[in-house]
Amino acid sequence: MIDVVINITLLAFLAITSIAIVRMTNLFAIVMLFGIFSLLSAGLFVVMDAPDVAFTEAAVGAGISTVLMLATLALVKRPKEPYYDEAPRTHRAWLPLIVVAVTGTALVYGTWDIPGFGSPDAPSQTHVARYYLEHSMPDTGVPNTVTAVLASYRGFDTLGEVTVIFTAAVAVMLLIGGRRPKPTLKTKDEEAQDEA
Amino acid sequence: MYIAASLAILVTMGLALARALSGPTTYDRIAAVNMFGTKTVLLIAVLAFLSGRTDVLDIALVYALINFIGVVAALKLVAQGNFHASDDLESGAEQGEPK
Repeated sequence: MIDVVINITLLAFLAITSIAIVRMTNLFAIVMLFGIFSLLSAGLFVVMDAPDVAFTEAAVGAGISTVLMLATLALVKRPKEPYYDEAPRTHRAWLPLIVVAVTGTALVYGTWDIPGFGSPDAPSQTHVARYYLEHSMPDTGVPNTVTAVLASYRGFDTLGEVTVIFTAAVAVMLLIGGRRPKPTLKTKDEEAQDEA
Repeated sequence: MYIAASLAILVTMGLALARALSGPTTYDRIAAVNMFGTKTVLLIAVLAFLSGRTDVLDIALVYALINFIGVVAALKLVAQGNFHASDDLESGAEQGEPK
């Protein structure tokens, strides 16, 4: 009972936050609302018994994304101009509205064929899930089945994914990161020209 | 008792959300987001005891840490205008105006 109340309230908050994000033009407030959105969806994931997804959502959505978006805001700002405000919209976007409505209708139509939440007849429960649920604890000793699959059964796969992400991060840092030379420092030629 | 606590937390979340939506100044929004994160942590903790899954408490701890990081980043941006506190990058370098 209380789960239903919490679900409905969190979903209502989620809808309010998304509408506010769409309507707002203050970029800083939008980033803040993104954080709230992420926290809300993470709370919903916890209510729906998916603490691993909630973990990722909180770490990436509420933590890293907020910091990255704030850093972007700080980097793209113009000096001596209000850098958080966006120009007000002058036209109405009918085509995106139609596309979004059609996509939403298709998604809602698709949910009719989805088996019920936690249904034992769901295809995800009937194939290999039973094996992992029964064997993951004696095989690996990890109490959480998702963690057992990710870190033990598919350990090399996860290692490969981490390697790819690490390589990408190193490449990006080599390309655009690091310390830049001071642009205020003059070279010897310029100093000679100034003195001349 | 847990039900009453969770309902109270939901009401507080609503109030914080209202402040984040309407907040006239930047600091109102930052405080609202911080408070919202705290309420999420509390809600998850109460839910953990309500449903008997106390291992979810670890997630509440992670949320508390992440919330702190996000708020510190936001405050740092507002206070300084950028993320580099060092001297060599504050001389208009990233504005594309090398002297």
